[in-house]
Amino acid sequence: MMAREYKIIEKYEEVPNVHKFVIRDPRIAKKAEAGQFVLVMANEKGERIPLTLSNWDKKEGTITLYVLELGVSTMELVALDQGDSLYSLAGPLGNPAKVEKFGSVLIGGGCFGIGGIYPIAKAMKEAGNHVTVIMEARSNYLLYNHQNLDSVSDELYIATADGSSGINGHVQEKYEELVKEGKKFDRAYFMGCTFMLMQCSKATKPHGLPTGVALNAIMLDGTGMCGCCRVSVDGETKFVCVDGPELDGHKVDWDELFIRKHIYREEEAVSYQSHACRSLTGYERDQKKEGGA
Amino acid sequence: MVNLTGRAKMPEQPPEIRARNFKEVPFGLTEEMAIQEAERCLQCKNPLCRSGCPVAVQIPEFIKLIKEEKFAAAARKIKETNALPAVCGRVCPQEVQCESKCVLGIKGQSVAIGYLERFCADYEREMKLTEVPEPAQPTGKKIAVIGSGPSGLTVAGDLVQMGHEVVIFEALHKPGGVLTYGIPEFRLPKKIVEAEVENLIKQGVKLELDSVIGRMRTVDELMSEDGFDAVYIGVGAGLPTFLGIPGENLNNIYSANEYLTRANLMKAYLFPEYATPVERGKNVVVIGGGNVAMDSVRTALRLGAEAATIVYRRAREQLPARAEEVHHGEQEGVQFKLLTNPVRYLGDENGCIKGMECIQMELGEPDSSGRMRPIPIPDSNFTIDCDMAIVSVGTGANPVIFSSLEGVDRNKWGYIVVNDDTNETTKSSVYAGGDIVTGSATVIGAMGAGRTAANAIHNKLMGIKSEVKDD
Ligand SMILES: Cc1cc2nc3c(=O)[nH]c(=O)nc-3n(C[C@H](O)[C@H](O)[C@H](O)COP(=O)(O)OP(=O)(O)OC[C@H]3O[C@@H](n4cnc5c(N)ncnc54)[C@H](O)[C@@H]3O)c2cc1C
Ligand SMILES: Cc1cc2nc3c(=O)[nH]c(=O)nc-3n(C[C@H](O)[C@H](O)[C@H](O)COP(=O)(O)OP(=O)(O)OC[C@H]3O[C@@H](n4cnc5c(N)ncnc54)[C@H](O)[C@@H]3O)c2cc1C
Ligand code: SF4
Ligand code: SF4
Ligand code: FES
Repeated sequence: MMAREYKIIEKYEEVPNVHKFVIRDPRIAKKAEAGQFVLVMANEKGERIPLTLSNWDKKEGTITLYVLELGVSTMELVALDQGDSLYSLAGPLGNPAKVEKFGSVLIGGGCFGIGGIYPIAKAMKEAGNHVTVIMEARSNYLLYNHQNLDSVSDELYIATADGSSGINGHVQEKYEELVKEGKKFDRAYFMGCTFMLMQCSKATKPHGLPTGVALNAIMLDGTGMCGCCRVSVDGETKFVCVDGPELDGHKVDWDELFIRKHIYREEEAVSYQSHACRSLTGYERDQKKEGGA
Repeated sequence: MVNLTGRAKMPEQPPEIRARNFKEVPFGLTEEMAIQEAERCLQCKNPLCRSGCPVAVQIPEFIKLIKEEKFAAAARKIKETNALPAVCGRVCPQEVQCESKCVLGIKGQSVAIGYLERFCADYEREMKLTEVPEPAQPTGKKIAVIGSGPSGLTVAGDLVQMGHEVVIFEALHKPGGVLTYGIPEFRLPKKIVEAEVENLIKQGVKLELDSVIGRMRTVDELMSEDGFDAVYIGVGAGLPTFLGIPGENLNNIYSANEYLTRANLMKAYLFPEYATPVERGKNVVVIGGGNVAMDSVRTALRLGAEAATIVYRRAREQLPARAEEVHHGEQEGVQFKLLTNPVRYLGDENGCIKGMECIQMELGEPDSSGRMRPIPIPDSNFTIDCDMAIVSVGTGANPVIFSSLEGVDRNKWGYIVVNDDTNETTKSSVYAGGDIVTGSATVIGAMGAGRTAANAIHNKLMGIKSEVKDD
């Protein structure tokens, strides 16, 4: 059929297990807005997986994605090289994040969210807000994107689970600390793993801080056609791909979301273990690639 | 001599075998069988069958060509009014359309028009006799078609023939709409849809996949910035409806769209070779009684279900699915719980479905659709055990296209309002057709709307005043 090309212009491992991709797609770059995502297939037999637009260059016609290697689909993506093309790339999808002049805005990001919150922070800053960013990782060697985040925030804090940098703890703990210091926030936005989103939402709720979370439900089409990304928000069914991804963290039914996210746990394991790449270590993979080229 | 009852029998895979594989169920007629069946046609002067076909296929004419063993010519005759005979021969509900009107059907068995349509289209394709017609002189006009379902494909094919430049924008990574993501391989092999799309491309249609209009581009931008003179919206009715009863978000409750998309588009039946998973329920209940429900329940059997049951709130005669699908499903072991309506899903400690509480229904007075309305019998609740449920109770308008579409009026169900003669919307030079106008309907209906719109677009762009009606 018609040849499509979504060329990988740049790709490297930013920190262990998190890979930065710069991909050429002027159509998406032109329309991208903070908080939106794309759906990606690494190859014809792959899954369609959602990834957040972490940056874009409208002039160059490129977009930036950060991929956290988890299971088969992210592994297959990461196995692609600079110069390769993705099989499928659709976007920008989802509603842009709610950005307006709130006053003082808190933005928290963990794992791929450290990459993904940059456009949000930037847009919030441009809208005239005082922007406080907290980034979180297990350890300081897993932190990245400092420079970008620094350039769009008024205050930038770090939380690590092992205390190797910033406070010893998580985003929500840093938030509590800031509140104790007398900091006032008018709006919060979080992006990262589901557990982090839940913990942060639980922390802001007692303070009545309006909280948007970028939900990462399992998706298939990303256009509202299948309903697999449905979550209950305030007792109502919402489709994350068309009603979100930003939804009200205080109203999400977190228990249900956790259960739904793990529906394919067994299949994910089968798929991962039976995958050809698994029998090779990263080093062997590189050797093979070089040998084959 | 009039042969009233000798209707051709379609050779097909035996039920016990086919219920476990994804290969097409019917094999198709042989040449001898097709000729024999064609000979039953009376070649009526005033062919009633034709009035039952939404696009008025020249039925006696093509059947005559089969009789004369001019099979490819027969296919071309059909294509004068129906661009996708290999598809329609397989999926049209012939028993309520063309075949329902055939005079032979009054006293005996109607001519198997669908089988014959399929036969000559398959012959033409398999023998590589498909002709790619030369388009007319370029007109310099450019039309954007949104959605590559049967409706969009028809518009594109017609307009490119008239000399216009046509670009199809499709949200998914593969073209075909429901023909690709919804209707399973065992009923409509994907290679047929692919061949049809290849033909369009050979004729010069441009296909832009992975292109979600409303997000990547808007209709306004297509017209004001990208230079399209007209836009056709054929985005279908893909939004799944749920019942809104307690427990609906338990795991292993799928919308039919999700279940079928995983199985068909993403080829989850070949997991883990294909990476997309789908749960394989042992005891599967499908709620609904249309084609979509039948496709889901038969897919569940093929994915290893030991029991697969249709739960439908009306009676058997009211099942909206094609008769052939119901019949095939029954042969394969699908069970039917009719006059039954779910009221609540029951979950286990892991958040997975383990059963469904239902209520027994009875038929009351006819409703607005003229069908007897099902009403619940008080205190008749009972439980059905299951480890998977597939909800197939209808769909609504695809939402994304509307995220920035002003001036296009919609009715109370969210479907686009069009002028019946032209399929033009309330916004000038923006047309629409197929399921996004009618709600979930038929393949041939979506194609008919496409043809009407193509003619109207051509007339408008070329400044042709007289309403040239489609036949
Ligand atoms: C709107 C949105 C934005 C996202 N942005 C990013 C991003 O920028 N960078 C990034 O690394 N990840 C992002 N994710 C998550 C990413 O899509 C999943 O990590 C990925 O699909 C996992 O696939 P896998 O096969 O590698 O892992 P698997 O082994 O399949 O699964 C690992 C985990 O990922 C989840 N998951 C599996 N399939 C899907 C799916 N189709 N859609 C969503 N989640 C799934 C499962 O809950 C599972 O626990 C985002 C998710 C969403 C919904
Ligand atoms: C499982 C199933 C079985 C069926 N069985 C039968 C049958 O046996 N016989 C029969 O006659 N009918 C059947 N139908 C109904 C029939 O398939 C539909 O009536 C017909 O496909 C409608 O055609 P369409 O072109 O309007 O839309 P669709 O076929 O729905 O195609 C719409 C296309 O538009 C794309 N799209 C949506 N939004 C956008 C956007 N914003 N930008 C770009 N592209 C977009 C979609 O991805 C899709 O590819 C069945 C339907 C289903 C779901
Ligand atoms: S297009 Fe459908 S209704 Fe018309 S003749 Fe063919 S099978 Fe019958
Ligand atoms: S009505 Fe029946 S017998 Fe008459 S032309 Fe049509 S198919 Fe042939
Ligand atoms: S991913 Fe299918 S509806 Fe959201």
